[in-house]
Amino acid sequence: MNANVPSSTSHYPTAPTAQRDVTHTLSVLVDNEPGVLARVIGLFSGRGYNIESLTVSETEHAKHLSLITVVTTGTPMVIEQIKNQLDRLVPVHRVVDMTLSGRSIERELAMVKVRGKGDNRVEALRLADAFRARVIDATTESFVFEITGKSDKIEQFVALMLPLGLVEVSRTGIAAIARGPEGM
Amino acid sequence: MTREMTGAEMVIQAMADQGVKHLFGYPGGAVLPIYDAIFAQKEVQHILVRHEQGAVHAAEGYARSTGKVGCVLVTSGPGATNAVTGLTDALCDSIPLVCITGQVPTHLIGNDAFQECDTVGITRPCTKHNYLVKRIEDLPRILHEAFHIASSGRPGPVVVDIPKDIQFAKGVYSKPKEFPHTGYKPKLKGDLEAIKAAVELMTHAKRPLFYTGGGVINSGKNASALLRELVKLTGFPITSTLMGLGAFPAADPQWMGMLGMHGTLEANMAMHDCDVMVCIGARFDDRITGRVDAFSPGSKKIHVDIDASSINKNIKVDIPIVGDCAHVLEDMVRLWRTQAKQADKKSMGDWWKQIDKWRARKSLAYRASNEVIKPQYAIQRLYELTKDKDTYITTEVGQHQMWAAQFYHFQEPNRWMTSGGLGTMGYGLPASVGVQLAHPKSLVIDIAGEASVQMTMQELSTAVQYRLPIKIFILNNGYMGMVRQWQELLHGSRYSESYSEALPDFVKLAEAMHAVGIRCEKPGDLDHAIKDMIAVDRPVLFDCVVDKVENCFPMIPSGKAHNEMILGDSGVSLDDAITEEGKMLV
Ligand SMILES: Cc1cc2nc3c(=O)[nH]c(=O)nc-3n(C[C@H](O)[C@H](O)[C@H](O)COP(=O)(O)OP(=O)(O)OC[C@H]3O[C@@H](n4cnc5c(N)ncnc54)[C@H](O)[C@@H]3O)c2cc1C
Ligand SMILES: Cc1ncc(C[n+]2csc(CCOP(=O)(O)OP(=O)(O)O)c2C)c(N)n1
Ligand SMILES: [Mg+2]
Repeated sequence: MNANVPSSTSHYPTAPTAQRDVTHTLSVLVDNEPGVLARVIGLFSGRGYNIESLTVSETEHAKHLSLITVVTTGTPMVIEQIKNQLDRLVPVHRVVDMTLSGRSIERELAMVKVRGKGDNRVEALRLADAFRARVIDATTESFVFEITGKSDKIEQFVALMLPLGLVEVSRTGIAAIARGPEGM
Repeated sequence: MTREMTGAEMVIQAMADQGVKHLFGYPGGAVLPIYDAIFAQKEVQHILVRHEQGAVHAAEGYARSTGKVGCVLVTSGPGATNAVTGLTDALCDSIPLVCITGQVPTHLIGNDAFQECDTVGITRPCTKHNYLVKRIEDLPRILHEAFHIASSGRPGPVVVDIPKDIQFAKGVYSKPKEFPHTGYKPKLKGDLEAIKAAVELMTHAKRPLFYTGGGVINSGKNASALLRELVKLTGFPITSTLMGLGAFPAADPQWMGMLGMHGTLEANMAMHDCDVMVCIGARFDDRITGRVDAFSPGSKKIHVDIDASSINKNIKVDIPIVGDCAHVLEDMVRLWRTQAKQADKKSMGDWWKQIDKWRARKSLAYRASNEVIKPQYAIQRLYELTKDKDTYITTEVGQHQMWAAQFYHFQEPNRWMTSGGLGTMGYGLPASVGVQLAHPKSLVIDIAGEASVQMTMQELSTAVQYRLPIKIFILNNGYMGMVRQWQELLHGSRYSESYSEALPDFVKLAEAMHAVGIRCEKPGDLDHAIKDMIAVDRPVLFDCVVDKVENCFPMIPSGKAHNEMILGDSGVSLDDAITEEGKMLV
């Protein structure tokens, strides 16, 4: 076997069979202790994984548990890696792939500030009503709307507000939970 | 035992309770209370190194040669940052360590205090887990938990960062019975259905092999014994990674030698052509797979690993089994026996014939010389003259490391200590210090290169101080040989900065450090000189002057497939052997 013997395959490595990227929502139950978020984020940045959305909050105070919901993209093999890598962090209790279970509900909350007068102001209110967004602050020249829903609904609402005087948006990121009676 | 004591005393008490005999460390302001606690007792002996990196490598050698947890103590700031290379090395090679670092007092953390650094931040990606202790009440639990995490599951280094005020604080110490970390429960037993499917696949294999790795060593001596049993029962050929050498005896006829970039032709060809691959405790590293899309294209793959994240990372496998090697091997042996299965005799016969043909190519052959010492010859002689002794080998990183792996044959696990994953030059000398402490009566040899050895040379003083008769066997080729080889093959022989200029006179250096220096330049003198080295009951620096430009073969150039190896004497023009992509992979 030497380099002069022609090999059956090309001299150049063929590109790995292209796997398509997929998006998954992962629920990660962790000990609520200092540094745990840094571990999770450090894992993603250190290994070059994507974070599309990340939310963290305490779930059960007495048990010192927090829930991290992370939306990530990658090839199926990378998604499997991400789950396994998360699972091996010591303070991580469970990693549940909400997308795989296919039975999860995902919601996001956004606060949307719009500034305008006259027709734009009326139109903004009308659209807000159609999207079931609530007014949570108002001045004579502005509104802050609160809207909850799936991310695409929020994005659609924000896009509609843009020409009407969108000032800024503050979004919580995605929270997810499984349907049915069972817990994580 | 429940008693009131200071945080500093708890550190030493916890070590004593964990059965720690030796602690490798270096003092400084932020750990002085712990040094007081060391002063006051005799159970845990402190070994004073010369650099904190040396402390970690020594603890690694100690751990790898005993299967126990290695312990390190360093001060805050520079003490901790100096330990980072060793910690990363231990993480890459799955070595169990507990490293205690001093920290500035709690109220000064974040203040840019003297010798402050964010130790938990810096070491988070290079430890299996780490802690900053903020309350004395947590310290006993954390200390014992650190040992538990370091040694269980896939082993690794754990850092416990202890602010100075916590070291002074008093609290109640007791050894906890259990750990509240409910999230951490390594899986030892493999899924029985998967193991059955694996055994079924193995019985119908026509060209099977075992590909084993460091996980078998991690799993303990019992895993090696079970592996031997299963290999005998099945009659399959076996190869191993660099990290797994010794788990299966090299003297056995079923042994094909190491695989991978510098592995034997027979091992790599068998990997390429097999129909069933049984991977046990190895992680499909890129030095093994070569070109991923051409890696063992026709085989069904079984992968046993305690860490689910090692499975399907680089190579997709057919039967994943998450579990400890010894546990899974036990099930495999039992199933194979009870089902009284026999591998297909005719196919196995043909397979072995094919393997013997590859063996006949003698891929490790080199051109002998009467003029200069060939590095391969030096290792062969070292092996012949030490194989009947109770010998442990450590190495630095480079060509000498690969020649050691190829020409020194290991019959037992835990006898071979090398830096595989990180490839840390400077690992071998301090590692040999740790090994010798653990095995005071044994012959401990660091197979070194003249460049690597200069990275942690100062630890020779540690060996002298503690009367550790380590033998540092330098294959002195006057080059960073591995770099020179790559430059020859990949960069048009432009030997940019790879010549070892201004080398010390190693014999005089040894003498200046109160060790023994020996130099050997002729093949005819070698046996005698090696015998002299073995006979000395003191640390020896052996300057073995070898061929300057010998290359390490066989070699799978990066970016190539297993069946595209370069052999030493094949006379191939090497210039166009490697693709541009291959250059990127080096
Ligand atoms: C210059 C140089 C050249 C090299 N060339 C080669 C070469 O030619 N060939 C070669 O083989 N290597 C070579 N290496 C080493 C290589 O880089 C890797 O370190 C090595 O191949 C990894 O070995 P391994 O797969 O056994 O994994 P290890 O790093 O030893 O990992 C062990 C695996 O076993 C698992 N494990 C741990 N404990 C257990 C347990 N109790 N039960 C079950 N599983 C467990 C772990 O999760 C992990 O997946 C070279 C290194 C250097 C520096
Ligand atoms: C700390 C560190 N720096 C750089 C390297 C890159 N490197 C790998 S091998 C090598 C040369 C080693 O030379 P020597 O110790 O003389 O061994 P030889 O290859 O000549 O046997 C270098 C620089 C490394 N592995 N580790
Ligand atoms: Mg050299």
